[in-house]
Amino acid sequence: MRVIDQGDRDTFSNVWVVAEALSGRVQPVTHELLGAARALADARKSKVWAVVIGHGLSEDARSLFACGADTVILADDDRLSGFRDEAEAAILSRLIRAYRPEIILGAATARGRALIPRVAVLTVSGLTADCTGLAIDPENGDLLQTRPAFGGNIMATIRCPDHRPQMSTIRPHVMKAPLPQPGRGGEVIRAEVLDSDFINAKEIIQAVHGAEEEVNLSEARVIVAGGRGVGGPKGFELLRGLAHALGGAVGASRSAVDAGWISYAHQVGQTGQTVQTDVYIACGISGQIQHLVGMQSCETIIAIDTNPDTPMMQIADIAIVGDLFKVVPAIIRELEKNT
Amino acid sequence: MNIIVCIKQVPLASEAKIDPETKRIIRETASAILNPFDLYALEEGLLLKEKFGGEVIALSMGPEKAKASLREALSMGADRAVLLSDKSFGGSDTWATSYALSKAIQQLGGADLVICGKQAVDGDTAQVGPGIAAHLGWPQAAYVTKVESAGRDKIRLRRMNEEGWDICEVSVPFVMTVVKDINQPRVPTLKGSLRALDMEIPVLKPGDIGAELDKIGLFASPTRVVKAVPPEPRNTRTQVIMGSAEDCARELVAGLKARGLLAGEENHARN
Repeated sequence: MRVIDQGDRDTFSNVWVVAEALSGRVQPVTHELLGAARALADARKSKVWAVVIGHGLSEDARSLFACGADTVILADDDRLSGFRDEAEAAILSRLIRAYRPEIILGAATARGRALIPRVAVLTVSGLTADCTGLAIDPENGDLLQTRPAFGGNIMATIRCPDHRPQMSTIRPHVMKAPLPQPGRGGEVIRAEVLDSDFINAKEIIQAVHGAEEEVNLSEARVIVAGGRGVGGPKGFELLRGLAHALGGAVGASRSAVDAGWISYAHQVGQTGQTVQTDVYIACGISGQIQHLVGMQSCETIIAIDTNPDTPMMQIADIAIVGDLFKVVPAIIRELEKNT
Repeated sequence: MNIIVCIKQVPLASEAKIDPETKRIIRETASAILNPFDLYALEEGLLLKEKFGGEVIALSMGPEKAKASLREALSMGADRAVLLSDKSFGGSDTWATSYALSKAIQQLGGADLVICGKQAVDGDTAQVGPGIAAHLGWPQAAYVTKVESAGRDKIRLRRMNEEGWDICEVSVPFVMTVVKDINQPRVPTLKGSLRALDMEIPVLKPGDIGAELDKIGLFASPTRVVKAVPPEPRNTRTQVIMGSAEDCARELVAGLKARGLLAGEENHARN
């Protein structure tokens, strides 16, 4: 909503977190968003609200008080058990008009990145995707949003001066979840769900969990990724073993995916996913720029390759010069020794 | 089935430069390519057209030179191409861009389906596809990885998410954004390329699409870029480990432990 002057701007207050719901559960990224929201609300001397839209989530919704929510809005309807973009956007937009939050944080997930842009258009507000840093400008109280663009080659700081609410999406693991405070409570507001929210026919036929556990790249803290050097599907079995030992996920370069060795859901890079894990272990990945832009923000990069001169080995924090077919099993054995 | 595919010309990542005044990407001097995800959007549009008839229109907003990307779409087989180009569109953020594209889609007589790539690789926002759907008041399906079956009125498709996928059926008209997995884009034929060279690409201005001037361009955009800088460089001091596989493994695991990066020490590392 466009604001004309300071008085208008002051009618918006509080920081909202749009809870990330998937497969009938509120996802952990929601807690991280609440951590970020608390810091912003403290700076603005306002409150943190969580908005939970879905079905059968009331218990998960109540658990958000312990993570810092002061108020929880719950929109529950059995038609919302699958992700209905249009209905969720209509509900959220109506709540925004009614309660006028100053800032809204959503998860930069498949759902969040589909839902929040729709809400930003409907409410005529500014949205910044995939923020890695959020701060309040001490001079005017605006939200300063920092995000990578161009696959991480540029860091842009963005503000939304004349529109409210200011909206951001944030990737999993970028913000820290607060320590839970058991026993903390608050008010639950039940939001209305209207038949007219569902006017645009979309029927969810079936929801399927990925067959492999090692596929959730955005929630993983450790990714073991393979490229051309892995040689084939058998090589990826080896990487799965290491990922399993580290409690991580399996990633892949474009060439490994294009060769049919592993499914696209695992692809990291410009035409795959951008990841930001604590540890990224690149096995036999030469490190073309299109791959590097998808993983160069990872905290610790480990490369394993027989060729010490590849771009990946150059940017790695730890570069192991060796045959991955020997080194990876040795790492698995070494990890077993240590547990 | 009439399909509009929205495409974007993007600068090559390796040549990205920022205008110190406007903080926007300088598009005029960098080598430009068609956004990689848009190839999959075009291919899916062409496949549906081959099944149902109708036409595929490639639509873009950008400077005059974005016509080169529209010609690429024509050479793949799009029936026609339209460019939105005018100074007053300049500096549009995703809100204003999706507004302008939605007005152009209406001006072109609407469509049964609008297809976009998942995101453009310069801005990486993934916001314009859902934005167009919102401006048009249409349903949307993002991160589409497969068209399961298509009828004239309804399309059944598979959407990716972090845990797997879901299958949903959406009534036309709607907007879908597609990921790379969905198909294998065709390579333009020589005949197609020659045809594309000769085709006229109309350029539309705000007045041609009935766009309100206070909803386009930098001024109308809710978001403003206030700073754009290269990221802090990575610590490039690489620790190189060589030797037998066992020695390498021992040193790596010790190194991971020292950095507090082993699973059991997660809490220690994070807090």
